[in-house]
Amino acid sequence: MSITERAGRRRRRGEQPMVPKAEFQSYYGRPVIKAPSWAAPDIAGYFFLGGLAGAGSVLAAGAQLTGRTTTATALKVSSLTAVSLSAAALVHDLGRPARFANMLRVFKPTSPMSMGSWLLSVYGPAAGAAAASAVTGRLPRLGGAATGAAAVLGPAVATYTGVLAADTAVPAWHGAHRELPYLFGASATAAAAGMALVTGPAHENTPARCAAGLAALADAAAEKAAERRLGMVAETWREGRAGTLLRAARVLTAAGALGAAAFGGRRAPAVASGLALLTGSACTRFGVFAAGMASAEDPKYTVVPQRERLDAEGGGGADTQVE
Amino acid sequence: MSEERVGFFTDTTVCIGCKACEVACKEWNAIPEDGLSLSAMSYDNTQALGASTWRHVAFIEQPKPEGRTQLPLADEESGDGEMRWLMSSDVCKHCTHAACLDVCPTGSLFRTEFGTVVVQEDICNGCGYCVPACPYGVIEQRPHDGRAFKCTLCYDRLGAGQEPACAKACPTESIQFGPLDELRERAALRVDQLHEAGTTEARLYGADPDNGVGGDGAFFLLLDRPEVYGLPPDPVVTTRDLPTMWKHAGVAALSVLGGLAACFAVSGRPGTGRGRR
Ligand code: SF4
Repeated sequence: MSITERAGRRRRRGEQPMVPKAEFQSYYGRPVIKAPSWAAPDIAGYFFLGGLAGAGSVLAAGAQLTGRTTTATALKVSSLTAVSLSAAALVHDLGRPARFANMLRVFKPTSPMSMGSWLLSVYGPAAGAAAASAVTGRLPRLGGAATGAAAVLGPAVATYTGVLAADTAVPAWHGAHRELPYLFGASATAAAAGMALVTGPAHENTPARCAAGLAALADAAAEKAAERRLGMVAETWREGRAGTLLRAARVLTAAGALGAAAFGGRRAPAVASGLALLTGSACTRFGVFAAGMASAEDPKYTVVPQRERLDAEGGGGADTQVE
Repeated sequence: MSEERVGFFTDTTVCIGCKACEVACKEWNAIPEDGLSLSAMSYDNTQALGASTWRHVAFIEQPKPEGRTQLPLADEESGDGEMRWLMSSDVCKHCTHAACLDVCPTGSLFRTEFGTVVVQEDICNGCGYCVPACPYGVIEQRPHDGRAFKCTLCYDRLGAGQEPACAKACPTESIQFGPLDELRERAALRVDQLHEAGTTEARLYGADPDNGVGGDGAFFLLLDRPEVYGLPPDPVVTTRDLPTMWKHAGVAALSVLGGLAACFAVSGRPGTGRGRR
């Protein structure tokens, strides 16, 4: 049996292929690229927590400006907690945690991780000051300024993680590099709206209910667009663990948004909807993470799109001479 | 770059699969043993490049009579059952546009005066970002150590005016070390020569300075498609699209801000009647 056939027949757990099997060659079916060694709880968890913190800071500022002080304080505390946990997850995932400070050794726009580290090093203290001032009632001016700064930086914290994932050779992430920031932004907004619904009193939650609806729509649209863009690589978003997680995310996010819109005026349904939104957002991040892993581990997703690109270009160039 | 850019030209047509390069590399660089396993992949029990494998010889068995090494395995008369072996010593490509270096947040990965790409192990904090960034699956974190490792093109030997250990050990000159421009010329001549001799499937991989990584500092002469050797057919440095990504992240961030502001605008203040249900 030739290597082409052997690799082509490699199928996982008897799943039925949705599209005709792509013919491709590989080296004993071995992956071409290396999957990240990142642990899902650390990195997918960080994507979720960073989003929750970032979008939460915007909701907190809005709530404060419009006199929804209970919600504002709750969200400030939530953002501080989330950003602290996310920083801990990042450090925990390092191969050499004691050297975490090397992250701020250089300022490097070509590295989303460098930019993210700098962003967090400014956003984190702002979120912390905002929360501290809100809880203690001290230094309200400083608290106000910190709330504003966190609200301006928060959306960047929420969306840059899309770039962090996409700026790799991982087919399921890089292929969706235009869509991932929107998907992550929408998912972050859904999570923050969920947190506002869970922690805020019902008479303050109208903006959160509105945000939940908007976020759910944007989330669904961005995911559709990503899958369309990915072509055959979209299989990795639909199958296996990633498929299960992303399906769960869609159901939870839609249910949360609808529940919030219809019954969010009452406390119990508002809390339930908020929890659904939070869980849905987490499922989206863990799902996208799993899709990336699956696409890195199977050489098909690296070879087939590149081979198709070459063939479409007429196989030109010295690198692709005659068979 | 203060010195001339150097690299490898690996001419796989003369590789005999002796793995002297793998051994010399491990010895010189004092790379730890990383497991002994039988892979059932022809003579390849090394399996892939990684944190503790900086040279990897691939073995491909093909039911093709033509080619350099012919083994009459079954039926000598008819030519059926003839096999050819393709062997190729893979290594870090020392990309002109190196994704590993671009994404490294600590500046641990850097470009040397020889135009090569090297990890500074005293700085690497094991974030692992370079691993999925490399389009060739070269660099990897070493378990238990946590830091990322890969071929340095024997940075220490270059500094002393020596060629890298693998090239020095290669008995057939399949691995050729030298100034990159010179190697590219030599490789082009070699391909012409092979084409004239009837080996029309000979092709260069990674030699084109206009390819997706701006030309590879280590390039190859192959006898089949790159993917057969486990190489990506048309790799592109991921950071080529980074400006687009930052732009979309910016627009997405503004959308979050704008969308939430709109929600507050339509909801009014609590207790004002609007937005109360
Ligand atoms: S082949 Fe991979 S590890 Fe080597 S320079 Fe290129 S991107 Fe970096």
